[in-house]
Parts: sequence; C-alpha cells; structure tokens
Amino acid sequence: MESIRIEETGLNLEATELRLGLPGRDKIEKETISSFNKNKRAAPKSAEDDESKANDDIKHHHHEAAPAAKAQVIGWPPIRSYRKNNFAPKKAEAEYGNYVKVSMDGAPYLRKIDLKVYNGYTDLLKALENMFKLSIGEYSEREGYKGSEHAPTYEDKDGDLMLVGDVPWDMFMSTCKRLRIMKGSEARGLGCAV
Amino acid sequence: MAYSFPEEVLEYVFSFINSDKDRNAVSLVCKSWYEIERWCRRRIFIGNCYAVSPGIMIRRFPEIRSVEIKGKPHFADFNLVPEGWGGYVYPWVIAMSRAYPWLEEIRLKRMVVSDECLELISKSFKNFKVLVMSSCEGFSTDGLASVAANCRNLKELDLRESEVEDLSGHWLSHFPDTCTSLVSLNIACLGSEVSFSALERLVSRCPNLRMLQLNRAVPLEKLPNLLRGAPQLAELGTGAYSAELRPELLSSLLDAFTGCKKLKGLSGFWDVVPAYLPAIYPVCHGLTSLNLSYATIQSPDISKLISQCQNLQRLWVLDYIEDGGLDILATTCKNLEELRVFPSDPYGVEQNVSLTEQGLVSVSEGCPKLQSVLYFCRRMSNASLVTIAQNRPNLIRFRLCIIEARATDYLTLEPLDAGFGAIVENCRELRRLSLSGLLTDRVFEYIGKHAKKLEMLSIAFAGDGDLGLHHVLSGCESLRKLEIRDSPFGDKALLANAAKLETMRSLWMSSCSVSYGACKLLGQRLPRLNVEVIDERGTPESRPESCHIEKLYIYRTVAGRRFDTPDFIWTVDEEGNAPLRIA
Repeated sequence: MESIRIEETGLNLEATELRLGLPGRDKIEKETISSFNKNKRAAPKSAEDDESKANDDIKHHHHEAAPAAKAQVIGWPPIRSYRKNNFAPKKAEAEYGNYVKVSMDGAPYLRKIDLKVYNGYTDLLKALENMFKLSIGEYSEREGYKGSEHAPTYEDKDGDLMLVGDVPWDMFMSTCKRLRIMKGSEARGLGCAV
Repeated sequence: MAYSFPEEVLEYVFSFINSDKDRNAVSLVCKSWYEIERWCRRRIFIGNCYAVSPGIMIRRFPEIRSVEIKGKPHFADFNLVPEGWGGYVYPWVIAMSRAYPWLEEIRLKRMVVSDECLELISKSFKNFKVLVMSSCEGFSTDGLASVAANCRNLKELDLRESEVEDLSGHWLSHFPDTCTSLVSLNIACLGSEVSFSALERLVSRCPNLRMLQLNRAVPLEKLPNLLRGAPQLAELGTGAYSAELRPELLSSLLDAFTGCKKLKGLSGFWDVVPAYLPAIYPVCHGLTSLNLSYATIQSPDISKLISQCQNLQRLWVLDYIEDGGLDILATTCKNLEELRVFPSDPYGVEQNVSLTEQGLVSVSEGCPKLQSVLYFCRRMSNASLVTIAQNRPNLIRFRLCIIEARATDYLTLEPLDAGFGAIVENCRELRRLSLSGLLTDRVFEYIGKHAKKLEMLSIAFAGDGDLGLHHVLSGCESLRKLEIRDSPFGDKALLANAAKLETMRSLWMSSCSVSYGACKLLGQRLPRLNVEVIDERGTPESRPESCHIEKLYIYRTVAGRRFDTPDFIWTVDEEGNAPLRIA
C-alpha cells in the first residue's frame, strides 16, 4: 500500500500560505474538515492531524467504498436528464408499474390498479368485477358488454372515452390513461351500433 | 515620417482573421488596430453570459452579425444547479434588438429562453438566419411558431437537447410556403407529433437542406417519402425506428436510403427493430458519424452495422456494444476519432452487459486517430489506463466514468492515481479530463505536474484534502474551467491560489469543504471575481463563518455582480459581505 501515503515532504501549506483570516482560524478549519471527513468517509477516527487521518481513511476506503457507493446520489453517474428521459421509459414502467385510476359511477371514491399485473382483458375484467362487486360479462365486438348493467370504458391518450376490449391488449396497456365503469342506461348506450 | 496602411486595407486584412484568439491579439497591438478591429468584428463568443454585459459588448463591437452565448455551469446537466439559477438570454436579446438590426446568428447553450424572446428575435432581425439552442429551456412550441412564421431567411433551426414545452406540433405549419432557405432542422428533442404533410412539403421545397433530425414521433413509415424529398441530405436523424415487419416497408426504406448518396451522419434510432437495420447498409460505407446512443439493439446487430462503416470518425453508442463490438470497431474503423459509450442501465447494481475496460483498451490499440473518449463502465485498472495512455498519446479529451463512486482498481484494489497519472503524462495535448474511481491527492500531483494544456477538469468524490486542489490550481497553466463535487477541498487551497481564479473562466465546487468565511475573503480580495454562494438552507450569515457552504460558483467578470440571482444565491461583494436581499 506504499502508493497511498500522502506526501509528507511536499508542500507545507501552512508555513507559506498567505493568510488573511483571523489568528486561531486554523483550529476551526481542522475541526470542520475532520467533521466533513467523518460524514463523507466511512471510518471516523479520533481527532488527529489532517494528513495521517486522511491516510487512515484511504486505507479503509476500499473496504468501505462498496456500501457507500450503493446509495443513489444526485447527478451520479453523470447522465443528462435528456438522455435518461428519452431512453428509459420502458425501464421506468418496469420499476413502478402502470397504475391507472378506476372510477365507478356512483362510487364515493376511486381505486387504482396496476395494468401490468394482468395477462389480458379476461384477467382485468375479472379483477374489476371482484373489486367493485359487479358483473361485466363477456365482450363481443358487435354488442360490447351486452346483458350487463355495467360497461368498462377507458380514457385514451387523446382524451377519448373508449370501450374496453376493442384493441389488442398491448395497445390498450400503452394508451389507457384511466378506467371508468359506466352504469345503467349510459352503459347500454355505448354498446349500441349507430 | 510615419507610414501606415489606410484603414480600409487593414480592415480587409483583418477580414481573413476569424479565430477569437487571433482577433483578440490583433486588438492589443495598438490603439488604432483596436479601433479598426472592433468595427469589423462580426462574430463573438461569450463563454459565460455573466462575464460581460450586453452593454459592454455592444459598446465595443457595434457591427456584430453572429453571437454565441453560454449560461449555466456544466454541472447543471446533472441537476446540481438548482432551478432558477439564472442564465436568462432576454437582456441580451433586448439589447441586441436595438443595437444589431443586421444580426444573423444566435447560438445559445444552457440558457433560459422565453417565448417572448423567440418572438422578439423573429421580429427584430430582418436577415436572421441561424438559431441554435443547445440544452436550453424556458420556451414552448409557441415560440418556435414565431420563429417559423417570421424569419424569412431562416437557414438553421437546431433545438439540440433543449427542454421545450410541447404544446402542439402545429408550430411547424407556420413556415410559410415561400420558405425554401432551410439548410438545417433539428427537432429531435420535441415530444409531440408535427404535421407530416407540412414537414414533407417543407423538406421537399428546401433544396439546400443538408441536416434533418426528426423527433421520435415521426414513424418509420414516413421516412422513405421524406428521404425521397431530400436526397441531398448529409445528416439524418430518424424518428422511431420501429414498425411491424412488412417487406414493402423494408424495401421502400432500402430504396430511399440508396438514393441518399451524400449521407455522412446518422442518428435517432429510437425503439429500434433490428430487422429494419439492413435498410441503412447502403449508406454505411460513407458514414463518418453514427449516433446509436438511443438504440436498444444488442451487440451482434451493432457489430454487423459497425463492420460496414469503415470510414466512421465518430461513434456514440450504448454499452450494449460490449467488449466484442468494440473489438470489431477497433479492427474496422481506422479513422475513428471520437468514441462515446453510454450506460444502458446506470442505476442497476449488477452489471447487465459484458462491457469492461477491455473494450476501451482494444479501441485505443486499433484506432490510431482516436482523440476523444467518453466511456462509462463498471470497472477499471491502473494497468489498462497505462496501456491506453501509451497507445494513444494523441488523446485530447478523456472522460472516464466508472459508475460506482470511488471504485478502486479492480485487480489490485488500489486507487487509480497511477492510471490517470499515466494519461496526463503521456497525452501531452490533453485539453479535457474527467476523473472517476478512487483517487488520492497523488493523482492531482500528477495532473498539476503534467497536464499543462488541460483546459477543463471535472472531479467527483476524489482527493484527500487541500493539497490536491492546490496541485491543480498551481500547476495547470491552461486551466479555464474546473468543476468539483463531493471532494474534501477547502479554504486553504482556494485562498493560496486566489489569483489563479482570475485567469480562469469559472470554478464550481459543490459538497466540498469550503467555508463561508473563505468565500468572503475571496470576494474581498478579488473584486473582478463574482463569488456566488449557493445555499438552500437560508442565508450563510445565520451560521458560523466556518460552516461549509453547499455550493460555490466563482467566475471572472468585467460586468460586476449580477442582479438576477434567486433567493438561494448570495454574491459576496467587495466589502466581503453577502448583503441581505431586497425582497
């Protein structure tokens, strides 16, 4: 570990530096620096001369470095947000899920579900039926959810109200912004042909 | 009897002198040369918008046609500069709108630009030609609409990585049908769809269009038609490069690319579907620049591409390329000058791709013209750095980011001082260096001793104490920009080298060990520096002077202190005070 030793024969800053501060500042500086070192490095030592203290810190460093580095730090690694935003939308979804609000006409509050946990429409509709204690029934292209008091609808990214089930599941997952379970005559109206 | 050239002759001679350095030298020869030069200077570069004021610029240079201004410090790219810091271009635009009616070009970097500004620009300068906004923010597509509508002779509109409030894609339709002057259009950073038909018509009626960078929302299906309308393109940024597999689309693309005989640069490639990559094979041989840094394709596909790009000079790519792909790069691209490898999974704990220091070593061996490197990886060794340094003494920019902060040499567990030391010792022309990994004061000793041409140095989580910073400040003769984060550098080194700071453009230090007291001393001693203390915990006057400040930005200026600072920035004035703000 010889390479880690601080130069002791090198610059003796204190002797030569231009000092404009008040006498006695040095002590305060040392204290603040050592407290900094305590915070930023893993191994606190008793108050010592800066140089040898730093020496000890270094020796311990390669043991401490691994755990200290795992915590996420602002701006590290140095990647521009432009790059992060543009590149990783898929990754973000993988971490946080694809949660959408679900409202039901007449219900006092909304729910939220993660679309990613469902394999397809059958799965999703079953879950909605469970969550809201109702029955939605079978989808048909021609008649929608005929026979049911309820129609599952969603708001897509253009802001339009759409019937759940018309488009492929993957497309639905990426365009669905929120779900709304309609009830009664309004619901039946959606399923009608023009 | 004194003999002198008539002014007109001198002016004519000066018109051949374009570099700022040379122009500045000319202006120092004598008073009359200063006068003649200032009247005929046409372009000006302002590296720090607060180093000089619009008034000073206009007073000295009355006939400027082209202005380039930079605002926020570089670390703003990584969210280290709080919102509201500054960098507003408005005062410049207002002043220039009155003083430079013939202004043709404005290039901005990291500045805050409002829609009002853009409208003012579009209406104030009759011959306005070039607007480049790199990493800027503060404007929306409404501002772009003004520019499109009012700038009759617009040649370049380049939004490079700016943050634009995307209200709608309709702005593009504001280009009048009579606009045929476009040479360069870069809208890659925009999110929403622009009208395709407007885009197609615009592209096909501009015969001089040589650079077109589309945004992600332009689907692949639209690309063949666009290309057919602009076969003279030299640089293309695709939109999303994905579609369901359709043979007609593939052959249509292939056809269109074959027609682009002048294509030298490609970028874009969001959401890449590898099956469509062969469409660009016809142009690969002629490519000098390839940006795959958004392309999530794997090593075999990347390698297949690269192996056809024998004339590549610049490659930006994700670490999906892996060591294997970099080997192929090293054997194929003998003209490579610049390599940037970005991480695909920067926050992941485990390594997700087989990219190590070996890839960089291969490229350094195989590519004799390599001079510029930006490399993200998860491990490094001193031995590899030494090899790289010895292979490539012609390096000019070397930015290495080992993802784990303070990572040691993975073979010996030592700091990476020796490796980076070898870089600065061998690469005598090095102008830019970014350090990473575990580093002691020793590396700074090497840097101070050898890096005599170094102009910009970036330091993070490095060093042991003031000695390190002292080495850099006292040794690096050409240093212009120094940015440091999370390193134990403090008062002593700054105060001992205070005069050095006046020879540099700027110094940034965040999460270091600089006390408020030292800042006050610096501000007092050096009136031509602005010493700005950034601290979001409230006024530093409310804490002991020995307390460390959060962030510090020091820059030289002839414009005095600025008055557009937000409430978390305190500028130390000549009396060594950071006065309480007037609310």
